Amino acid sequence: MIRLFAADPLLTGDIDLTVLLIVIVKTLIIFVMLLVGVMLYIWAMRKVIADMQNRIGPQKAGPFGILQSLADGVKLFFKEQSEPAGSDHRVYLLAPYLSIIPAFLAFAIVPIGGTVSIAGHMTELQLADPAIGVLFLLAMSGIGLYGMMLAGWSSGSKYPLIGSVRASAQMLSYEAALGLAIVGVLVHSGTLSTRAIVNQQAWTGAGSIFTDWYWLPAIGAFVIFLIAALAETNHPPFDLVEAEQELTGGFNTEYTGIRFALFYLAEFMNVITMSAIAVTLFLGGPNGPGLGFVASDSWINTWFMPIFWFFLKLMVLLYATVWVRASLPRMRYDRLMDFSWKVLIESAFLWAMATGAIVVGRNEGWNLWILTPAVALGAFLIYFVLMACVPSDKELEEIR
Amino acid sequence: MNAVIFFIFAASTLVGAGGVVLARNPVHSALFLVQTLLSVAVLFLLQDAELLAAVQVIVYAGAIVVLFLFVIMLIGVDRREALTETLRFQRPIAVALGAIVLAEIIFLTGHTWATGAATQSGVPITGSTSSGDLGNNIQRVARVLFTDFLWPFELTALLLVVAVVGSVVLARGSGDRSERSIEEPSSTADSESAS
Repeated sequence: MIRLFAADPLLTGDIDLTVLLIVIVKTLIIFVMLLVGVMLYIWAMRKVIADMQNRIGPQKAGPFGILQSLADGVKLFFKEQSEPAGSDHRVYLLAPYLSIIPAFLAFAIVPIGGTVSIAGHMTELQLADPAIGVLFLLAMSGIGLYGMMLAGWSSGSKYPLIGSVRASAQMLSYEAALGLAIVGVLVHSGTLSTRAIVNQQAWTGAGSIFTDWYWLPAIGAFVIFLIAALAETNHPPFDLVEAEQELTGGFNTEYTGIRFALFYLAEFMNVITMSAIAVTLFLGGPNGPGLGFVASDSWINTWFMPIFWFFLKLMVLLYATVWVRASLPRMRYDRLMDFSWKVLIESAFLWAMATGAIVVGRNEGWNLWILTPAVALGAFLIYFVLMACVPSDKELEEIR
Repeated sequence: MNAVIFFIFAASTLVGAGGVVLARNPVHSALFLVQTLLSVAVLFLLQDAELLAAVQVIVYAGAIVVLFLFVIMLIGVDRREALTETLRFQRPIAVALGAIVLAEIIFLTGHTWATGAATQSGVPITGSTSSGDLGNNIQRVARVLFTDFLWPFELTALLLVVAVVGSVVLARGSGDRSERSIEEPSSTADSESAS
């Protein structure tokens, strides 16, 4: 079974104590990094949104209010935990953990740095590099859905139940779009391993931003991925699962204290993980220019710069999520479902098929000047035929 | 090590399977089903069938059982299931068919004529063989699926489309378009096909 993760050179030879220690330390670092990352993300989100709305935001706890999330966490931790009388006790206790554990696990496949040497062992700066790669992300987000569904159901209360039914329908729909958007990259890369995908986007000069990184060759998939990832993590404008105006909070209404905090932790961790996966798949992961005036094998260029580039790209995407949160109003529920099933999934399908045709054409040496317009025309034709089959809002009104 | 993992998750599979049948609450049954599916995914991993394990988790645990739960939640679980049989002789036939399937499985584990001889037993999945590098588990499955088994594969896809169209037709009723829920049945049916 160890063979499954053997893509990491750390695990190819004998497994001795040092190797075990390295793996444990990597696990701990990712665990702590996610927790601290969520803390800082919530603080930055509140500050940035406050700025955009001409407010000051948190400012009392620590410098610039940076400890505000920590204070909130401590408060939630010591709060009394209540449970409704009509709840299903065991499932009620289980649900928060079904949310939080997949949220932690999903980050394991993200490459956050290059291949480095620790205590004589070469290792990749990521927790695991399984051959199934990005499928692991889809599996974990599939399991994470249970947390939300069961939380709403086991509360034995109406609003949470509506919230969880919404959650299951929404996340199932957008998971299909998310998976198909990922296919748009996988057709180019020919592999599922995140490390291999990152290595294909290696930095060879400023031009590789446009030629090697997958965001431009797979621009359609990139856009669909960003939208679907927002919906998959229940991030505004797709946060109907916890619409406080309609559902008094949604699936987590009946949770208090640390259990409530676990749901929020999981939600923000998922935002971070999805952004990290977007960086990995589309934006070159930890690849970026090294410092030219330092020797290429010094620790600055092997250790520091890849990690620096990864976190820089991650922060740009996370800032974009905050920007979206501050700017866009929540979608209407039927529009949300329509958008996934009638627009996103078709587009992602057609994009994957068109990419496949073009990749095959390039490998076989077909004339791309003829092939590309033909593929685009065919895709548009299929799209319009599909759209013609879907009844418009007006026709639906008449049927009703 | 592998044997220990096998026995733990084999036991977990059986406990989950028992729970599916014995649990009184349909939601608990569905959760036991998830336990069984995840344990079987681990057993797949033990056999180096990584792709199968991932697909098992994504499709069965992540989509199909979620749909079960979705339907249970929408319909509600308060209704008591009647224990009278609507089809006569249903139970004896079920027992007989179950016994036949069990006998079949036990018979097939000892023979290879149905599946063909095991190919390259003992060769590591990621290793290269004399006939060239066959790639890892995912690449092997892909190659077999899109060469030797292309025809059954496409037929299965067609079958799923027929099932989707059929369920949409059934859900919408014949000719009567006055029902209010137009999008709901088609969207759940579509997600079955997507999975």
